[in-house]
Amino acid sequence: MSEAAAHAVPQSQADKLAVQMVGVHKWYGQFHVLKDINLAVEAGERIVICGPSGSGKSTLIRCINRLEEHQRGQIIVDGIELTNDVRKVDEIRREVGMVFQHFNLFPHLTVLENCTLAPIWVKKTPKAEAEEIGMKYLARVKIPEQANKYPGQLSGGQQQRVAIARSLCMNPNIMLFDEPTSALDPEMISEVLDVMVGLAESGMTMLCVTHEMGFARRVANRVIFMDGGEIIEQNNPEEFFNNPQSDRTKLFLSQILHN
Amino acid sequence: MTDTTETFAPGTHPDLPPPLGSRGIVKWMRENLFSSATNTVLTLLGAYLIYLAVPAFLDWFILDAVFDAGSRNECWERAGGACWSVVVVRFDQLMYGFYPEELRWRVDLAFLLLFVALAPVLFDKVPGRRYLAIFSIVYPVIAFFLLWGGMGLEPVESAKFGGFMLTVLIGVSGIIASLPLGIVLALGRRSELIVLRVVCICFIEFIRGVPLITLLFIASTLLNYFLPPGSNFDLLLRVLIMVTLFAAAYLAEVIRGGLQAIPKGQFEAAMSMGMSYWKMMGLIVLPQAMKISIPGIVNTFIGLYKDTTLVVIIGLLDPLGLSQSILADSKWQGLSTEIYIFIAIFFFLSCFSMSRYSIYLENKLHRGHKR
Repeated sequence: MSEAAAHAVPQSQADKLAVQMVGVHKWYGQFHVLKDINLAVEAGERIVICGPSGSGKSTLIRCINRLEEHQRGQIIVDGIELTNDVRKVDEIRREVGMVFQHFNLFPHLTVLENCTLAPIWVKKTPKAEAEEIGMKYLARVKIPEQANKYPGQLSGGQQQRVAIARSLCMNPNIMLFDEPTSALDPEMISEVLDVMVGLAESGMTMLCVTHEMGFARRVANRVIFMDGGEIIEQNNPEEFFNNPQSDRTKLFLSQILHN
Repeated sequence: MTDTTETFAPGTHPDLPPPLGSRGIVKWMRENLFSSATNTVLTLLGAYLIYLAVPAFLDWFILDAVFDAGSRNECWERAGGACWSVVVVRFDQLMYGFYPEELRWRVDLAFLLLFVALAPVLFDKVPGRRYLAIFSIVYPVIAFFLLWGGMGLEPVESAKFGGFMLTVLIGVSGIIASLPLGIVLALGRRSELIVLRVVCICFIEFIRGVPLITLLFIASTLLNYFLPPGSNFDLLLRVLIMVTLFAAAYLAEVIRGGLQAIPKGQFEAAMSMGMSYWKMMGLIVLPQAMKISIPGIVNTFIGLYKDTTLVVIIGLLDPLGLSQSILADSKWQGLSTEIYIFIAIFFFLSCFSMSRYSIYLENKLHRGHKR
């Protein structure tokens, strides 16, 4: 009931929207992984998506930069509709940064080269300028002294911070986080979350798939709960945690908060 | 026993060196050579065999060998060792085949320049690498004119090419030409474009499924039926093409193995930053895949290099082909051991260098990351 009202976005607001998904469906073979997803994300909004494993939350955000293709419905990112047009897809990917669960740094390049590669080759930024930007963001994630090391020489937390810096170097409007802390040792989670909190405070539009509920309470404008490929419930964090509406949400929250 | 067991308060235990008995050469010998009665017997037996074989071989190979005799009989009258004279006398022929004597400086020059051209490709700390790289690109043209003549140089037919010069020519050209072709075939075989993929698969499976000798026969005889009558398509060039295609098919599979070892996340990270297919492949995937494939690639190269000896079957005079004519000479009959050892040494030096270079490259590209 409450979710029906949430995704009805007035047309006047539509041009402010960072991401708009209308009636999106996706199948993996016979498996219906996303069912009628309707989601509107305003610029500057910070959204946390949670849900049990296999609920389609990663697939949802991977559709936004077309790492996964949707088969029905409409996805509009920064005013550009995602279609099979490769140029549009590349255009969107330049605007949308992504941070992965397993960092996916390029192991054959130094930390700084990881940060400058895409700006130099995709955005045609001059090398000196790209390095300056790279160092700026490495400083922002608090590891400028590691710039000339290789990713394999860093800890997991440091690698994930490099991955965030690497995405920021493309100067994205939207950042997607796909379980950024779930592959980390416990003592390294907070250093990554701190960087993400700093990013949120700077006004970045963020969509995070995460189970860090403390993070969700602190920075999210909206928490979305997914199960079975559907958005079951969405609300501001206060209401979401203190007053969950659906039984599945209640069950999920009790499971992750009391283990 | 005599160990002093010190105790430390929790949290203050220092790092200690390992105990004395677990390092050093005595320990190594005890573990590897004399670890049991059987091993001790085998070690002593092995030492005795080495004692028997090595001095006898050295006598034959160097100490009793003859280097400056005029014929086999003179060799055998003077000493009982190897008769290296045959190699000394026929050295030029083994090197150049029937390349005109007064023009052999051109082969030498081309060979020397080959190293200048290879240096910037193989090593990244060569002074003036950028300028040398330009030379590397034009080198094939220079080498072509030096070897075959033209542009004011006296022309030489490729039928006169022979010996190690032919081996190096076919080997190096095959290696240089097959690598890029192999990469393209590997990418094509993984392509999402069905036509391209099918073409690549058919090509690779056909070439791999046929012996190299068959391909060489096709090059030497069958092609004449398909080419317009009177066209003069150099036999050596045809052989080069076949050797290249053969090696490329194998390389494609080696490189495909490397490509498959690259985690999906690398592709996704590259795509999520808006990289096109070619940038993703060229900057992210291939550098890593090629690094993984180095042992297999060098393996294929060494195989190709040694397979060049098969050209003797279609009448090209590589060192093995020349050795037949040398052994037919009544002055040197029966000295096959010496000639084959000499040829073996040459091949071993070439192939061992490639193997060492591949190890150097692997170490250089090691980035301390775990996979």
